[in-house]
Amino acid sequence: MENRIKTLFEQKPQGLLSVYFTAGYPNLEDTVPIILELEKNGVDLIEIGMPFSDPLADGPTIQQSSTIALRNGMTIPKLFEQLKYIRKYTQIPLVLMGYLNPVMQYGVERFCQEASEIGIDGIILPDLPLSDYVREYKSLFEQHNLSKIFLISPQTTEQRIREIDSHTNGFIYMVSSASVTGGTNGNALANTDYFQRVRHMELQNPGIIGFGIHNRATFTEACNHASGAIIGSAFIKALAREGSLQQNIQTFIQSIKQEA
Amino acid sequence: MKYTVDENGFYGRFGGAYIPEMLYPNVEELRLNYLKIMQEPDFQEELQSLLKDYVGRPTPLYFAKRLSEKYNTNIYLKREDLNHTGAHKINNTVGQVLVAKRLGKKRIIAETGAGQHGVATATVCALMGLECIVYMGEVDIERQAPNVARMKMLGATVVPATSGSKTLKDATNEAIRDWINNPEDTYYIIGSVVGPHPYPDMVARFQAVISEEIKAQLKEKTGSENPDFVVACVGGGSNAAGAFYHYLDTLDVKLVAVEAAGLGVDSGESAATSVLGREGIIHGSRTLLMQTEDGQVTEPYSISAGLDYPGVGPLHAHLHQSGRAIFESITDDEALQAVLELTRLEGIIPALESAHALAVLGRIGAKPNETIVVNLSGRGDKDLTTYLDRFELHGK
Repeated sequence: MENRIKTLFEQKPQGLLSVYFTAGYPNLEDTVPIILELEKNGVDLIEIGMPFSDPLADGPTIQQSSTIALRNGMTIPKLFEQLKYIRKYTQIPLVLMGYLNPVMQYGVERFCQEASEIGIDGIILPDLPLSDYVREYKSLFEQHNLSKIFLISPQTTEQRIREIDSHTNGFIYMVSSASVTGGTNGNALANTDYFQRVRHMELQNPGIIGFGIHNRATFTEACNHASGAIIGSAFIKALAREGSLQQNIQTFIQSIKQEA
Repeated sequence: MKYTVDENGFYGRFGGAYIPEMLYPNVEELRLNYLKIMQEPDFQEELQSLLKDYVGRPTPLYFAKRLSEKYNTNIYLKREDLNHTGAHKINNTVGQVLVAKRLGKKRIIAETGAGQHGVATATVCALMGLECIVYMGEVDIERQAPNVARMKMLGATVVPATSGSKTLKDATNEAIRDWINNPEDTYYIIGSVVGPHPYPDMVARFQAVISEEIKAQLKEKTGSENPDFVVACVGGGSNAAGAFYHYLDTLDVKLVAVEAAGLGVDSGESAATSVLGREGIIHGSRTLLMQTEDGQVTEPYSISAGLDYPGVGPLHAHLHQSGRAIFESITDDEALQAVLELTRLEGIIPALESAHALAVLGRIGAKPNETIVVNLSGRGDKDLTTYLDRFELHGK
């Protein structure tokens, strides 16, 4: 079965722009309009955040967008209802990103099945450990043609990166530096040894860099080290600006893609 | 049935290490080393010497005569309130700071609810000359001001957690984020039997000194090392884990875990996880968790900052599910009554947390010839403002 993530990386191995947003933020019904506007502006891949009350790996921006999204009434059933007909309108690769507990309560099997029916291509659950995934869920994800995307950080050992690489089939999410999302201690991309180390490992999966990528300069720099980059917190901040959703998205994405 | 942790880090179906990859190297380093370090003779020598001369162990096992008369049974209090810094928390921080030093860490972070763990961490950091950052919910900073002052006096930086319910859960989130941001030089001293494996097991082992001493002391006093009941309060559950530890496989000893009912279990303002929770993931552990139908963590409530937590350690989830421990819940008002009762009958002012354990004495149905050990986990100095307000003792 074809997987849109795989096709994307074959067609565009360099300079991919992936954007993360929190479903239900700024308004409950913004999910589909945001996806369509991102695609229109030339974004290559979209990560849809499923809000959680206690997002351990997230900095203040995504904590806040998650709190607002939950207050707006976002839930997994609501998100799936919004996305039900999304494949009539766009073929852009879509990845769901969230924490394990809400997915566990929904039922992992039911979650995979319904995500797959909608046409979701991949899932990121940062707090689902590799060992549990391999033992309990891998066959389920594969059966539903869902890529399980794993994170690595500068502290991840080569052995573990290879292990992760062997169990995944979409891309590897390279956390730029030791940090939660959004803020970093100084330059997110200073650790060039890490990027080189990963590149020289010649993994079967492509890598894209996230955490701390927030403008054209950091995006371009990240693309020098991997197949592309992910922007999350900076995009969420842009959504909060004055003006229409369409305008904010267009202005922000153009500021990333085009030279000033 | 096995009640201690298995080789995969689970207690029955609870436990594990559900953590983002960024934490994996640190947690894995700890997992591979904690038992080895704890077994080293020089580690044990340093630990035992500090527990004896610095912490003040063994703590007394006190026969509470007037309290026993009131309940027509035999009640012993394990006096963890007499430890240096005023609670059982220091048993664990002394142990973990020695682990941190052996792992070469320079910077210590911790979360705290009532502030007892924060004070105990700040204390051992001062002792060892290590930098100390304590995360504490904004609400707790307000209601436990004396402990905030002590931490500052000890040289720790107290960082307010301003998200969510602004209590222990949120302080723990912030501490975990700090650890993600500082993966090389930082050690996270968790204060309870919660968090990813190996923390619940390591903390339980450091607190197990409580039941080790109870056994020897009770044997000396009564001729038997086994009481009929061991009673302890449970927020995350570290003092209960310590008081239960060496009795887990002695099925004749009934273990009673007391949770905070807040304004009442059905009031919507409660922290009684065993009643209100169901299986979920919090702070890296699969355990019982208070949550919405959609899996969002709900905000607990208790007058006691140390019990105000929406989860419970995975060991306790297992003890609850297997029926090995009896779970009770006590309201704010019942706990306050127990504070006054112990104070006026025995001249001991207990912490609000420990008062929850005392409040079940009339409920567990102990016979006149039976023996109860209550773990008096902490003293009430930090709660005096609350007590004066609630008992209307101002200006008297």
